[in-house]
Amino acid sequence: MPLRHWLARAEELPGSPAAARVVVDAADWHAAAQAVAATGGQLLSLWASGETATAGAASVRAALLHERGLLVLEHAPGGPDRRYPGLESIFPVATRLQRAAFDLSGMRADAPDQRPWLRHAAWPAHVHPLREPVVVTDPTAATADDYAFQGVEGDGVHEVPVGPVHAGIIEPGHFRFSVVGEKVLRLEARLGYVHKGIELRFQQLALAEGHRLAARVSGDSAVAYSWAYCQAVEGLARTAVPPRALWLRALCLELERVQNHLGDLGALGNDAGFAFGLAQFSRLKEELLRAMQSVFGQRYLLDAVVPGGMAADVGAAGAAALAGCLRRIASESVKLRNIYDEHAGVQDRFVGAGQVPPELARRLGLIGLAGRASGQDLDLRVDAPWPPYDALAPLKCGHRAGDVAARVAVRFDELQVSIRLAARVLEQLPAGAVHSALLAPPATAGEIGIGLIEGWRGPVMVALEPDARGGIARCHPHDPSWQNWPVLEHAILGNIVPDFPLINKSFNLSYSGHDL
Amino acid sequence: MSPLNLTTQALEIIAAIAAAPLFVGWVNQCRAWLQNRSAPSVLQPYRGIRKLFHKDAVLAERASPLFRIAPYMVFGAMVLAAAIIPSMGTRLPLTVAADSIALVGLLATARMFMSLAAMDVGTAFGTLGARREMMVGFLAEPALLMVIFVAALISQTTSLAAIAEHLSSQTLALYPSLAFTAVAFTLVLLAENARIPVDNPATHLELTMIHEAMLLEYSARHLALMEWAAALKLFNYVCIGVALFVPWGVATESQGPLGLLVSVPVLALKLCGAGAGLAVIETVSAKLRVFRAPELMATAFLFAVLGLLVHLLLGA
Repeated sequence: MPLRHWLARAEELPGSPAAARVVVDAADWHAAAQAVAATGGQLLSLWASGETATAGAASVRAALLHERGLLVLEHAPGGPDRRYPGLESIFPVATRLQRAAFDLSGMRADAPDQRPWLRHAAWPAHVHPLREPVVVTDPTAATADDYAFQGVEGDGVHEVPVGPVHAGIIEPGHFRFSVVGEKVLRLEARLGYVHKGIELRFQQLALAEGHRLAARVSGDSAVAYSWAYCQAVEGLARTAVPPRALWLRALCLELERVQNHLGDLGALGNDAGFAFGLAQFSRLKEELLRAMQSVFGQRYLLDAVVPGGMAADVGAAGAAALAGCLRRIASESVKLRNIYDEHAGVQDRFVGAGQVPPELARRLGLIGLAGRASGQDLDLRVDAPWPPYDALAPLKCGHRAGDVAARVAVRFDELQVSIRLAARVLEQLPAGAVHSALLAPPATAGEIGIGLIEGWRGPVMVALEPDARGGIARCHPHDPSWQNWPVLEHAILGNIVPDFPLINKSFNLSYSGHDL
Repeated sequence: MSPLNLTTQALEIIAAIAAAPLFVGWVNQCRAWLQNRSAPSVLQPYRGIRKLFHKDAVLAERASPLFRIAPYMVFGAMVLAAAIIPSMGTRLPLTVAADSIALVGLLATARMFMSLAAMDVGTAFGTLGARREMMVGFLAEPALLMVIFVAALISQTTSLAAIAEHLSSQTLALYPSLAFTAVAFTLVLLAENARIPVDNPATHLELTMIHEAMLLEYSARHLALMEWAAALKLFNYVCIGVALFVPWGVATESQGPLGLLVSVPVLALKLCGAGAGLAVIETVSAKLRVFRAPELMATAFLFAVLGLLVHLLLGA
């Protein structure tokens, strides 16, 4: 059956304007996913829901991105072991999502890879934290678990284990390289070291306070997450947000993008041994952070977006200062781009490193910024716009080379586009209030609010289910890093070990947002 | 053996040991300025070393005695090398014992100990670093030897002190052969001292390290000695460069104590210039892909051979 049919059957979900849900059985679960894949869509997220200690998770949900929006499939598997069909043969990214869903909720997919993903030795295999409480008897007793890495055999092949503790101050992740000499034959990542139980923590919060936790799922995408959460809450509460608040949110989202791109561009220069780049971009980023501090009262906008609107308004003086700061950044980053582009040493490191050709990117479901550098031109701000982006219509940036140089180029392009967008928002900011009171959400069992926002890294989704008492029954935040971590393992193939940090940085994926 | 000669010798060794971290601090300061950063104090390397000496050493379980003696051997080799490099005066009693070829051997000994120690514990990074160090080293050494041969041919001696003496007694003329070898020597200096573009002394990315990867398992006094030895190595290399290419101002045989007195500030000036030049090179270049390092060393060797040819064919 074509996708059209499934969309006709689907009911609209509150929150994101593009989200709809269809309840399916096991056969249709697979068929609907296939229909989305046939139109060039992809799997965004997969999670189990409705967990109880006695019955286990009630249903499994898959959020599928198609060209017009998001289709949420819901399937309540029957049978004694309540297994659901795996989607990994259609969408490779499903493997890790299914493994994580089993670790947390205890609902198993019919899939070949049944290794744990988010569960390390911190809790026993038969315990599923979203279903029953984890009793940690002695935290120091947890030992390194026995994780079956895929080996590579052959003459002169050896393994280089890296992390989770690194020489620099970065987030923890373990990377197992199979190398011959310096050449990488295989890379397998093991993540989950910063699993904090965020989904469980959400269930202890009221609907109206969850945005603060959402903003902290991955600190570099605070605005994207808090906006996605608020979009879901406001949808559930049928609350209209004043236009000025929406425009200010867009301003914050673009500032977050600019700030992250500045940081990454500097770090990429530094990883190529060009410390001059780091010094310059750090200076620009700091200038922006200070301007944000003076306008919003915080350097990183962790608590700017609140349910119903914005925490604070932006005055005329603040807007002028911010616009001036952005103008300086725009002109200076043009000069710095010229320096990067004309530096033979830097270009030698960037060009051709960590290549993901468009065809591979499409097959693996590369998404967001890294996807746009590999010819996957999805940008939700353009393709499934939510207010105010339907009025703003930003320019889409893209590249087809798929190497580090392409990801750098897309960052430079987006930097300029975002700065222009932010300047436009500051100029045309509608007047009015920036906050409207949240109407109490009607308690409907099984209702889901969806928040879908294009953060700087890619699409950020929050799936929110309220309970009858104004609390959170289940909240699932999804980071685009889920899509892109597996692609990194392909990007490094054939490259040499010392180029990995540069390639990794060019993706700059979130550990925290992935490990939850 | 006159008291003056002994004084020169003692002064050179002490000055090298004492001033090497200062030179590293100076290079770091210049680099920071060039990158528009506010610079750390020039004394920062001393603070780092002092801090490390106050810590308790941690040894890997599988470390053999080699791992523990390597820092002393490396440091010792660098001190000995400092003793035979005519940085202030050419009347060095110890130069009779070792010529410039022995000096290259001495540097190779230090490298060997460091690489063996890096592999000793059996971690992936140590081996990775040792392997890369050997790859760079086996190409850098012939280039360095070639550089020395050119200077030796001009001065008809392989003793570094005699070479410096000979070259400094010449009028300030430009040897085309030495100009070529100076380029070669600069490339070797960058590669051998883990500087950009071959290695990055400031990196925290363990997968890209060469020199630092070999030191990852060291701590406390061992690490302090290794870092001090690295500073000494850089100091020594710069002093070799000074002796070969800008020897003027060094206290020669014919000069009295006054010559020695003059040579100290002259050396300081030269080091300041060399450090600033090093910082400029490091700021304007990016780090090469690891497999480009052999190309760089081949270029160095080529330049040294060019220098040799120019000398043999043109006699200049």
